[in-house]
Amino acid sequence: MKSDIILSGVGGQGILSIATIIGEAALNEGLFIKQAEVHGMSQRGGDVQSNLRISSSAIYSDLIAKGRVDAIISLEPMEALRYKTYLSPTGWIVSNSTPFVNIPNYPEKEKLYAELSALPHVILIDVDAIAKEVGSPRTTNMVLLGAASPILGIGTDKLENAIGRVFARKGEETVQSNQKAFRMGLEAGQQQMKKAK
Amino acid sequence: MNNNKKILLLGDQAIALGAIHSGLSGVYAYPGTPSTEVTEYIQESPLAKEKAIHCRWCTNEKTAMEAALGMSYIGKRALVCMKHVGLNVAADAFINSAMTGSNGGLVVLVADDPSMHSSQNEQDSRFYGKFAFTPIFEPSSQQESYDMIRSAFDLSEQFQLPVLMRLTTRMAHSRAVVQTADIHHGNDIRFPEDLSRWVLLPVNARRRYNELLAIQTPLENAAAESKFNAYRAGDKKGVIACGIGYNYLMENFPDGCGRTVLKISQYPIPKTLVKKLLADCDEVLILEDGQPFVEEQVRGLLDESGKIKGRLSGELPRVGELTPDNVRTALGFPSELHHAPSENVVPRPPALCQGCGHRDVYDSLNEVAKEYDNAKVFSDIGCYTLGALPPFRAIDSCVDMGASITMAKGAADGGLFPSIAVIGDSTFTHSGITGLLDAVNSQSNITVIISDNLTTAMTGGQDSAGTERLEAICEGVGVAPEHIRVVVPLPKNKEEIKTILREEIEYKGVSVIIPRRECIQTLKRNKKIR
Repeated sequence: MKSDIILSGVGGQGILSIATIIGEAALNEGLFIKQAEVHGMSQRGGDVQSNLRISSSAIYSDLIAKGRVDAIISLEPMEALRYKTYLSPTGWIVSNSTPFVNIPNYPEKEKLYAELSALPHVILIDVDAIAKEVGSPRTTNMVLLGAASPILGIGTDKLENAIGRVFARKGEETVQSNQKAFRMGLEAGQQQMKKAK
Repeated sequence: MNNNKKILLLGDQAIALGAIHSGLSGVYAYPGTPSTEVTEYIQESPLAKEKAIHCRWCTNEKTAMEAALGMSYIGKRALVCMKHVGLNVAADAFINSAMTGSNGGLVVLVADDPSMHSSQNEQDSRFYGKFAFTPIFEPSSQQESYDMIRSAFDLSEQFQLPVLMRLTTRMAHSRAVVQTADIHHGNDIRFPEDLSRWVLLPVNARRRYNELLAIQTPLENAAAESKFNAYRAGDKKGVIACGIGYNYLMENFPDGCGRTVLKISQYPIPKTLVKKLLADCDEVLILEDGQPFVEEQVRGLLDESGKIKGRLSGELPRVGELTPDNVRTALGFPSELHHAPSENVVPRPPALCQGCGHRDVYDSLNEVAKEYDNAKVFSDIGCYTLGALPPFRAIDSCVDMGASITMAKGAADGGLFPSIAVIGDSTFTHSGITGLLDAVNSQSNITVIISDNLTTAMTGGQDSAGTERLEAICEGVGVAPEHIRVVVPLPKNKEEIKTILREEIEYKGVSVIIPRRECIQTLKRNKKIR
């Protein structure tokens, strides 16, 4: 298997927590992993991305070539579109629908939704609303991961188990709420995936 | 001791763990993207703690380099870490450490930042290695980073010479699985055999320089035979792939690369292998992340053969980092674009955090500066450099660590009024104190704002060397105590800050204003820990 993923968002949204779970699951499966991160100046409220590659055979480049990405997982709709040229013909965009507006010239969100909807494989969900339903607003990233989980090439159960291992030191309650968020995201994503097909 | 484990590590962390497992006794560093995580990993490592590896941050890269040389002098293994521009600060110590030579293994880890993700320039540290006549290592993978640091310590001890290890951003900040090796114990104290080479009086330096030049051929032979370099025969199209350039090459040949490839991860450039490649191939493409260091040397001044391709001939862009895409184009493959770029996406530049004290400093400073016709604000390297961007547009310069105070001094000496410097607390202790002493000695008419957030914020909140001692340092340097003013940068104190700014600008001499409030990022983190 091979899965090339771009995680994107705004500095401070915590895209790396999603990478940590996928990385843990991949490591546990004995897969090869490369994960390029952004540290330093750009983390201060600017656009951030991470290239995450998992494969059953050796991986050379830390960066993914344009036109080769299998999934863009984004915590922010405009940030999903920033990496559009990287998407492969069969690639998916899985994005939070809530804009993060910290610049004066942020585009009209309807335009962003229209551009996203015109792409063949898109899941757009309001992760904040689902996290609220879970009862823990801090689980938004796990909602998004859940929605993206069927297209990552690692079993959804394996990702859910990885959440358990990563959050274990924070206590059983945290594990439960994050796994619940993951399952609700998965369900929301699957509903949209059916529509897309 | 058997220690075979598989761990997911950043390139920086692989270096750190490799160093710990190689019997490291101390790491000396000043934080700088993309090198910071090496030292942080050692600071957080239980094994490093158990082995009592010294790992406290240094005031700047020069003090770090010298402390490491001292540790090497007594026979122990020492690591120095910095970003590329940090090597400019440490250059005096670095170049001369090759002149003295080392005793215990000494590795200088420098992380370059091509594409300037978080830097002022994209200087390539390999030029420094050549300049100083040291061997250079440049890993192509996280595993190689882990393995190589041990080889670097060994080579350093074999040749009694510091070794430069060079990373670029993508290697420093990318994770992969690393297989660990056995743990070596550290060295015991063992003084150098030749003591005279450590005293660089001209009489010793002349002798030592000849020795240094004499070991260049053995060093080149070591590179030619290095397990990190490889020559793989193929077709008439040759490629020299340096460091992570090798990855982008291989990425473009998923079914195996048929070209003749010279992989270089250890320098001096192995001439014999380059000669062989040029003899075996009709053309040679040179892939290197950073500046055309190898390309310039292979090409020489007079080459007009058209055989050597790379950044200088335009196959690759002259500036910016390598990517799988620009390497793909250079290899002659068509790009794979299936989607046009979005027309809705706009840039989202980084900005000062909401609630950051630097914001309050700039809010007040902007209003006071407007009251003067010619106010100029010389600033420095740190989060507060973001004050150059809208909505603040509050600063007029950012050059190098510490340049705010000295540039303000020079401008004031030439007649500028008001001449204002804005510098952070960590940058002030890194390279601002000596400039302040210059200003005091010549009674320059400057106003220095040391915006103190009690940390080295831009790199993630490392300890700042002068915390709780800034007033004492300024007074010790000779600033009049009544012109050292401390304020709390909060919106409610705006009028007070403006009044103090006006008073100190009007004072004819050196004054220092210290707005002091904890960085909100470290505040949040410390609250969680508490």
